This record gives sequence, C-alpha cells and structure tokens, in this order.
Amino acid sequence: MKDLHDLSRYPLRLEGPDRPMVSFRNVTKRYGDLVVLDGLNLDVAEGEMVSIIGPSGSGKTTVLRMLMLERIQGGVIYVDGAPLSHMERGGKLVPANSRHLRAGREQIGMCFQHFNLFPHMTALGNCMEGPVQVLGLSKQAARERAEDLLEMVGMIDKRDEHPARLSGGQQQRVAIARALAMRPKVLLLDEVTSALDPEVIGEVTEVIRKLVQKYRLTIMMVTHQMGFAADISDRVCFFYDGRIEEEGAPADLFSNPQKERTQQFLSAVKSAD
Amino acid sequence: MSYLEFLRDYGPRLIDGTLMTAAQFVCASALAILIALVAGLMKLAPNALIRIPAVVYIEIFRGTSLLVQLYWIFFVLPLFGITLEKFTAGFVAVGMNLGAYGAELVRGGIQSVPRGQWEAAYALSMSPAKRMWRIILPQALVNMLPPWGNLLIELLKGTALVSLISVADLMFEAKQINGSTFLSAQAFGTALILYYLFARALVTPFMRWLERVMARRIGRA
Repeated sequence: MKDLHDLSRYPLRLEGPDRPMVSFRNVTKRYGDLVVLDGLNLDVAEGEMVSIIGPSGSGKTTVLRMLMLERIQGGVIYVDGAPLSHMERGGKLVPANSRHLRAGREQIGMCFQHFNLFPHMTALGNCMEGPVQVLGLSKQAARERAEDLLEMVGMIDKRDEHPARLSGGQQQRVAIARALAMRPKVLLLDEVTSALDPEVIGEVTEVIRKLVQKYRLTIMMVTHQMGFAADISDRVCFFYDGRIEEEGAPADLFSNPQKERTQQFLSAVKSAD
Repeated sequence: MSYLEFLRDYGPRLIDGTLMTAAQFVCASALAILIALVAGLMKLAPNALIRIPAVVYIEIFRGTSLLVQLYWIFFVLPLFGITLEKFTAGFVAVGMNLGAYGAELVRGGIQSVPRGQWEAAYALSMSPAKRMWRIILPQALVNMLPPWGNLLIELLKGTALVSLISVADLMFEAKQINGSTFLSAQAFGTALILYYLFARALVTPFMRWLERVMARRIGRA
C-alpha cells in the first residue's frame, strides 16, 4: 500500500498515440476520515463516451469533481498525457499548485445538475464570458463562437434572455453551450438531467446525443437515466462504495450484469421506473 | 413667536445646516462603501496576513463609540502630527465607523452567493480576481443592497455627532438657535423632522430604486 503513494512510480507523462485522454491511477479521495474513492483506476479514450452510474454515495459524482473542482489525496490524474493533479519539478512529480490545476482544467468543461448559469448575464453573455475573460478572444470572435453554439443547442432565439427567464431545460442547454465555448477536450456532465422536469429532459438528451454523434468529444457523464446511458455510451461504469464494481459495453452491462450488486442496483432502478 | 415666524427667521440657517449634513452624508457614505469593500474582501482572504488587519480594523471601529473615535481623529491625531480640518475629521470618523459595519455586510453578501456560482466560474478557469469581480461581486451586491439601505440611514443619523467638533451641520445649527432663543421645541423639533425627511424622502427611495435597477440587471424582475 505504501508504495502507491511513492510518486516516482508514476510516469511524468503518458506518451504514445494510444494514450488515454483521461487517466486515473490509484486515485484516492478523502473528506477528513471518510474515504469516498479508494484506489480508482480508470482510463477514458479520446472520443469515448463513458457513463458513470451507481447508487448515491457511491462516489460517482466525486469522479467528475476531482477532475474539475477538487484535490486528491492519493494517486495521479492525467489529462491528454500530462499530469493534472501533479506537476513536474526537477524531474519528479509533486502535487500541483492552484495555477497548474487551473491551467490543466482549461482543457475540461463541466455542466452541473443545477446549471449554475451566471444570473446577471444573458444566455449569450454566459457563453462569451470564458472565451473573452480566460482565452482572451475578442468580443466579436467570442460572440460568433457563442452564437454558433447557441444555434447548435437550439437556444439562439433566447440569446438575450437572462437565466431567470429560461426553463430548466433551456438553462441546461445554454450551460452546455457555455462549457463548449471553451473548446474543451473533455466534457463532464454531472447529472445534467436530474433537476429537470420530465417533459424537458428530452431536449437536453437530444443535445448530448448530437454532441456524441457529430463531434469527437471525450465525455464523462454521471447519470440516473439508464435508458439514455445505454443508448449513447461506449462504456458504462457501475460504481459501488468508492470503487468500480463492474464496467463494460452498455449492451453487456445492462442486459447481462455479472456482479450481484450490479444486478441488485439495476433491478431496483428498473422497478422504480 | 409663531412657528411660521420661527421658520422665517431661522429656516435659512437650518437649510444651510441640512446642506452641510448632506455633504457629510455623501462624503462619509463614499468612504464607508470603499472601506467596506476593501475590508470585507480582505476578511475573506485565505492569507492570514491579509485577513488579520481587516479583523482588527472591524473590531476596533465596531467595538468602540463613534463619538470617541471622532474625538480621537479630531483632538488626538494632531498630537501625532496628523491634523485634519473639522469637516474632514467629521466625515472620516463617520465613514470609518460605518465602513466597519459595512465590511460585515460585504462579507455576508459574498458568502450568500451560492457555491455553484464559484464552481461554474472556476470550471471556466477564471482567475480568482476575475471570479470575484465579474461573477461573485455583482451578485453579492444585489443581495446586500437592502441591509445597506439600513446602514446608510444609520450613517445619516451618525453624522449629527460631527456638530460636537463644530461642523456647522443641521444639529449644530439647531443647538445654536436653541442657545440664543431658548425655542427648544421649535429648534430640535424642526431638526428631527428634517432628519426624518432626509432619510425617508431621499435615502430610502434612492436605495429602493437602486434595488429595482439591480434586480432588473440580474434578470429577477
């Protein structure tokens, strides 16, 4: 166990054309004494769509939060070959400082359960904020980019509305456009349909479907919608108690789960539907 | 002497006093807002070297009497070589005192912005300064406007103390008129009404208007 914390075990970079876009190596996340994720190993290939399912408290949302928002207590996370959670200092990996984390996370976009649009900006303003303030695009260039994306998510007519005047489904579509405006290599979708009324879930899943089919974007999606996950994922990971209990192609995992806990979870979800 | 005669004879002086009170109010408010913003932000800093001066400042200016602070600034600071004119000493004391209260409003307003907003700003890789300035502060401002309305009325009433260092404000004029005429009820009664009208007819409507404008800008109205 001890040598898992020896950082010299981990490569400074992941090389080669087959290297994963996202790689978790023995990643541990604790909140105080509570271990949420224990020794997670997960590789996501470029252009792959991975769905993460599991009961609440299984650590599935934490997987995304470690990539975008939080620090880890053990292991190393790589994004596009370069360490994210750590940085190189004198030929060795050391825990990343906040500047390195922020720079690394520029390659990642995230959408949230509660959208988290900026209420004091219009839909268009939300989508221009990152490109102008962080990427340094001109207002004109950022506006064109934002309008293209709002067009793609079907929200171009509402570009001048504030979030308070948009429905949940509309807000989430703007939030997806806002994340994409940063041109991320990886998109994280954290229960993006969980807070939505049933009748508007479809408009958000349609947008995600479009993303998967038209763009070679690497997507990691935490979801409770098994049917949707089965439909569009390349791979599904079932999390239980801070570990990946079972993973596989959706056809296998959903129709022929091997582990008892996966079977229990899927039958519980099915009977709830 | 009827009240109308009193107003005819002493009204102009009371008006002059009110204008001086207004000048004190505007200068002290501007200073209080500036101090509140700086001290409130400093108090939220993760670095203790930045945080502690703000905490000390807020403790001292909130924890001691405004009148004593005013006397310190006007009578004691000159002993250390810092001499302020009475007008300046007046609004500086009031502004620094109310600014300490305002700092807590700024801190509370910032902390009332939902965590999801910080996360969304961070997820766009915005720098800490841009997160605060472009995302958090505009929303915090809307949240803290109602308590600021209260604080500015407190501040207006606090300016009456500057009469004690002979700034010729409304309270000073009322006292002078009382001293020479012994028409206490008329002098202090009129002052009371003028203070009330200042707060009720100017400060409060202005803050309500500001709240409406800000609410509209954030899309809530």
